[in-house]
Amino acid sequence: MFPVCADPSLLSGLDWFSCYLTTPKHLAFFESFGLVMLLIAVVAPVALAIGFAAAVASRSASPLLSLPGRGYIALARGVPDIVFFLFVPIALDQGFEYLRYLMICPDQPDGVWQGNNFLVCSAAKLPLSTAAPIWHSVYGFGLAVISFGLVFGAFAGNVLAGSFKAVPIAQIQTGASFGMTQSQIFRRILVPQMWVFALPGLSNLWQILIKATPLLFLLGLQDIVYWARELGSSKTSIYAYPHPDWRLYYFGFLLIFYLGLTAISEVAYKRIMARLSRGQATLAGSGKTGLRGGV
Amino acid sequence: MKSLLIAGLLTALSINIATADTVRMGTEGAYPPYNFINDKKEVDGFERHLGDELCKRANLTCVWVVNEWDSIIPNLLAGNYDTIIAGMSITDERDKVIDFTQAYYPPAPSFYVALDGANADLKSGVIAAQTGTIQAGHVAATGATLVEFATPDETIAAVRNGEADAVLADSDYLAPIIKESGGKLVQVGEVYLGDGIGLGVRETDTALKEKMNKAITSMKQDGSLNKLLVKWFGADVKTY
Amino acid sequence: MPVRARRGCGVVFNGMNACFDTIQAYGLRAIGIGERLLPKTDITLCEQMVLIGSGLIWNVYFGVLAIGFGFWFAIGLSLGRQSRFAALRLVSSGFVFLFRGSPLFIQCFFAYEAFVLLPKIGITIDLGLVVIDASTGWFTKAWAGALFVLFCNTAAYSSEIFSGALQSVPNGQIEAARASGMTRFQIFRRVMFPNMLRLAWPAYMNEAIFLFHSTTLVFFSGFPAWRQEGDALYYASYFAEKTFNPFVPYPIVAGYFILLTLVIIAVFTITGGYLNRSLPQERRVKPRFRLLMWR
Repeated sequence: MFPVCADPSLLSGLDWFSCYLTTPKHLAFFESFGLVMLLIAVVAPVALAIGFAAAVASRSASPLLSLPGRGYIALARGVPDIVFFLFVPIALDQGFEYLRYLMICPDQPDGVWQGNNFLVCSAAKLPLSTAAPIWHSVYGFGLAVISFGLVFGAFAGNVLAGSFKAVPIAQIQTGASFGMTQSQIFRRILVPQMWVFALPGLSNLWQILIKATPLLFLLGLQDIVYWARELGSSKTSIYAYPHPDWRLYYFGFLLIFYLGLTAISEVAYKRIMARLSRGQATLAGSGKTGLRGGV
Repeated sequence: MKSLLIAGLLTALSINIATADTVRMGTEGAYPPYNFINDKKEVDGFERHLGDELCKRANLTCVWVVNEWDSIIPNLLAGNYDTIIAGMSITDERDKVIDFTQAYYPPAPSFYVALDGANADLKSGVIAAQTGTIQAGHVAATGATLVEFATPDETIAAVRNGEADAVLADSDYLAPIIKESGGKLVQVGEVYLGDGIGLGVRETDTALKEKMNKAITSMKQDGSLNKLLVKWFGADVKTY
Repeated sequence: MPVRARRGCGVVFNGMNACFDTIQAYGLRAIGIGERLLPKTDITLCEQMVLIGSGLIWNVYFGVLAIGFGFWFAIGLSLGRQSRFAALRLVSSGFVFLFRGSPLFIQCFFAYEAFVLLPKIGITIDLGLVVIDASTGWFTKAWAGALFVLFCNTAAYSSEIFSGALQSVPNGQIEAARASGMTRFQIFRRVMFPNMLRLAWPAYMNEAIFLFHSTTLVFFSGFPAWRQEGDALYYASYFAEKTFNPFVPYPIVAGYFILLTLVIIAVFTITGGYLNRSLPQERRVKPRFRLLMWR
């Protein structure tokens, strides 16, 4: 980075550190924090959309819709997310490649499963092996987004299904007595009202999502955990900046990052809640400060 | 006439492009001096230089891909890269699932390394090894207590902090660590495992295997492989 | 045709016989009883089922003990957060923030790294403390170290639930207890505690489910597996690595965890009924499957 850093073996003290902390490897580490934030920012709306669809489906009168909806929501509650992350991305990857195989080269001589291998013709591969490395990263990131979206979509479905139920039945009855159709009640009464009830659950979900991001490295992405481990491990003099085992410091840094993110989210949540509760017929909205009291 | 010439040139060019296939080279990037990620964020080490030379001789365009050791074979099988060049010893167990080229690194001993003066018992003590390595398999089969870590670096840390009595790993990985430990770590035993190190390829990829085999042979014949070995592993290394 | 059917039966019967042998060899492998070497080649479905099931012993061990001990610590923390002493309030809330604000994955990693440093410090401080050295060494083993992390983690999350429940205890009941001359301790023991439990129970069940799921992280981050003794996910990833097929072992883990979740729901529903026994039917707090925690 700086011209001083040309020969790290001559450096010492503060110079050494400022050069060490600005190696391309460290810059990649810092960038990976952006990757994590990007993932959260992209996954949140995706999961919300999937969850909304699942919650609506689970309320459907037709078992054809409600059963898959409920099953999907229940499944994520029964299975640890880490188990999902270990095989959903592989399943997605193979699924996509299989679809492309059907479209591009369905007459492949040996089929796609050849012994242990799952191989499609090179034209159907995702991304193409000739593609620039950036596309491989984008594809990996995309798989991660879908995997996280599926897991957290089920969680969000759970929250939203609960908040649909929390909307007072009297409001729906009033809507019906005005002669509204089912879909009108859904659009004009149910959906606008449920968000306030869903917000506490969704804010929890947001916090869970933040804390699930270290699992990204399981999906093969070079995220903050990957770089913290790689940079922190002890380095012999084959590296330009040899040092003993520093993983403790690197992971300490991650700890602080997550604590900060949590604190910021908490403050933001309180503000949003205060705004949304204004004028609502709940305790918080009527200006009372809650049920505090007791001994 | 002129256009014919251009067409001819174009054909020659396109043939050239067709033969220079892109091959994705999968490595771990955490096993110096075989392979590691240097401070410039590039894959570096013996295998990087060997791989680039092999690709040049086989007329292939090579791209480097870093993958966790745990899933390095499944990702080869899934076609996420085309070769494994990650200090992987040739063993019967692995040979059932993937194919290996001829060895580019002769069979070398694995070292047991312990703290100086610790008097480690290799037969019944606690031995650290990286998960999924031939060394882990070997320790599990002896009477010793195997303790597994995800990365090679953690196995060394375990010996340093007294978690494990000794670590079993490739001698060339351990040699620089012993040298730079200032006498704290010593070699306390050795054992020969595997049939050397080769490139892993899918069993269906015979063409790539042949190309790589030919390139390795040519590097063995003109002595350039030996030069690389000495450069990365020191003068004591076994050569061809 | 009948011949064929009989042969089919024979195969099944032999398969079951072999499976009984496998259960004998590997049923308790996760706690070091049985065959020492894990299956390496020609891995059968039975071997995967049995070994992954044996790994579940660890998940149950971690889950039951962490919740069992963490319950009492959580109550202490919730009381500490409402204490008259500012120092106690600060320490308790700080603890809860630390463990709720960071990913368990990082906590495990961090704790292991910190625990391995313990004996070193012990040795430099005093040579006479041999017993304490030995006991600090335990914390680098998953059975004690990871249990400690999970214990702290669940205590922090549960304390958040209990605090909320404590604040929702009806004021009238406490006033009535005060009027009838109960001491502060009696009020807590007889009025606030039972009410708190009753109100917190549904949310506490969710926390229990999440904690059981989180136990799969132990051998995935930080804590190494000794003698190839690990939890369900450890064996699943072992098989995924040996068979190169993730589509068998991971769904097996998922299946086991769905069963485990059903057991937890049953246990909590039964105890919840007991907690609500004194209330009329319509005022009981029903277990609702809702996401109320972060992790």
